[in-house]
Amino acid sequence: MKKILEGSRAIAETVRNIGIDVISAYPITPQTHIVEDLAKLKADGEADYEYIRTESEFAAMSVLIGAAATGARTYTATSSQGLLLMTEVLFNAAGMRLPIVMTDANRAISGPINIWNDQQDAVTMRDAGWIMLYGEDNQETCDLHILAYKIAEKCLIPVVVNLDGFVLTHTVEQVDIAEAKLIKKYLPAFKATEKLDVKNPLTFGAFVTPGQYMEIRQELHDDLRASKKVMAREMLDFKKIFGRKLSLVEYYGAKDADTVVVAMGSVLGTIKEAVDELNKVGKKVGVVKISSLRPFPAEELLKLIGSKKQILVIDKSVSLGEEGILSGEIRRSFYGQSKAKIVGAIMGLGGRDITKEMIKQTIVTAKKTNEQTIFVGK
Amino acid sequence: MIEIRVHGRGGQGSVTLAELLAEAAYYSGQQAQAFPNFGVERRGAPVTAYTRIDNKFIRLRSQVYNPDYVIVQDVTLLTDPKILGDLKKGSVVLINSSKPLDNLKVPQGVRVKAINASGLALEVIGKPIINTIFLGAFAGLSGLIKLSAIEKAIKERFEGDIAKKNILAAKRGFEIINQN
Repeated sequence: MKKILEGSRAIAETVRNIGIDVISAYPITPQTHIVEDLAKLKADGEADYEYIRTESEFAAMSVLIGAAATGARTYTATSSQGLLLMTEVLFNAAGMRLPIVMTDANRAISGPINIWNDQQDAVTMRDAGWIMLYGEDNQETCDLHILAYKIAEKCLIPVVVNLDGFVLTHTVEQVDIAEAKLIKKYLPAFKATEKLDVKNPLTFGAFVTPGQYMEIRQELHDDLRASKKVMAREMLDFKKIFGRKLSLVEYYGAKDADTVVVAMGSVLGTIKEAVDELNKVGKKVGVVKISSLRPFPAEELLKLIGSKKQILVIDKSVSLGEEGILSGEIRRSFYGQSKAKIVGAIMGLGGRDITKEMIKQTIVTAKKTNEQTIFVGK
Repeated sequence: MIEIRVHGRGGQGSVTLAELLAEAAYYSGQQAQAFPNFGVERRGAPVTAYTRIDNKFIRLRSQVYNPDYVIVQDVTLLTDPKILGDLKKGSVVLINSSKPLDNLKVPQGVRVKAINASGLALEVIGKPIINTIFLGAFAGLSGLIKLSAIEKAIKERFEGDIAKKNILAAKRGFEIINQN
């Protein structure tokens, strides 16, 4: 049903409609409205999940590991320092192959302490073995949550759905909230093949010697790579049932563009507006949206924009001392296979606003610069 | 696309006003977006919130810099020159003031409308809750929002007597804005 509502509320209603068994969470800005709304839905009798408020994010994710190991469908949401606090547990969730789904309302990391949006928090868990998705607007973010459970439960890999904190979580706009009935058509009830059961005892997360550890890690690596195909297929199925398109990569703008901007998350909307204006005056510019950081759509990107002259990657995160996370990913994916000049622009750190004019100016700057990475703050 | 910027102080319901504007515009058949300028909110501190209204889904995510409308819920905020500094020709400023503001310095081509929102709110609601006065005033001035849509948006958020009084307040704002 189409409604106008806050992003956090839209996610909470979607999660409720998905049909969760156990939610465990600890509040942190800017994610708080999501778990507050979920708690209220439960308190008002409009949801039947177990809701466990823990004493920390570390505990919240630990509770979900226990719950997921019994075959329950689980959910949590967090941000920033909260995500960092649960880091140790995140690696375990993936290593134990538990299909947990989490929302990360992306926010800057201390210090200095800052509660505003950038995407530094999530990239900290890039190598934890989770699938990592990014939403452009609140509709897409809600849709990615439905997809996330399908992928997680098919691949037995946990999924984090990222959305820009405040910029999306606190924005009121139209979202078509998927009804529970329709979601059921797409996402059947979760049936764990292996679970904690007193009648059939199993051990999860057991001690493993050098004789087995490496094979188990490689299996997760291979399955994470293979999840890209599963995701592409499931995105097509999603379109059939919900009528809305999801994709690993999406191109927008002039077909014959020589310059392409690449980004993840809500800044894409502003970039698209800038691209429209540039195309109107004959500038050959396009933009590519990346919806998945892990698995990374390297082949898809290369096919889409490998032959372009100039690629400008906009990052709201940085591997300090090196470059933006996304620009690094693209550089390694394109190594030896593309002649494109790749420039990374770090923008929007700690809530710094990104305007259309800044995007246009950065496209010009990127053409001229000899630097691999530039910081653009105004 | 129409862009609105709301200035107020923590506790005056500026974020709520921006959201109500978006919701009422949506119920009037438009697409709309509202979001706060995410500050460290506390009572009395300056607060800014934004609304965009268009006939198609709004993709732009930046803050609002050259608004078509500015609503100032507390006249003392005007000591900050930035509030009226980036207005363009044709912009309209709605200010909560019991006195006319003929001497207010604004860029050329900007219209200023003083509205005694605090006085009206005390009259209608019995408390200085002024945001729904401005909601109605914006509707009356811009023609972008229907009164029935305002009623729907308010009823979704408030119940009983509070909803009733706020709907009355919006109607008063709607009437009064085109009288002065």
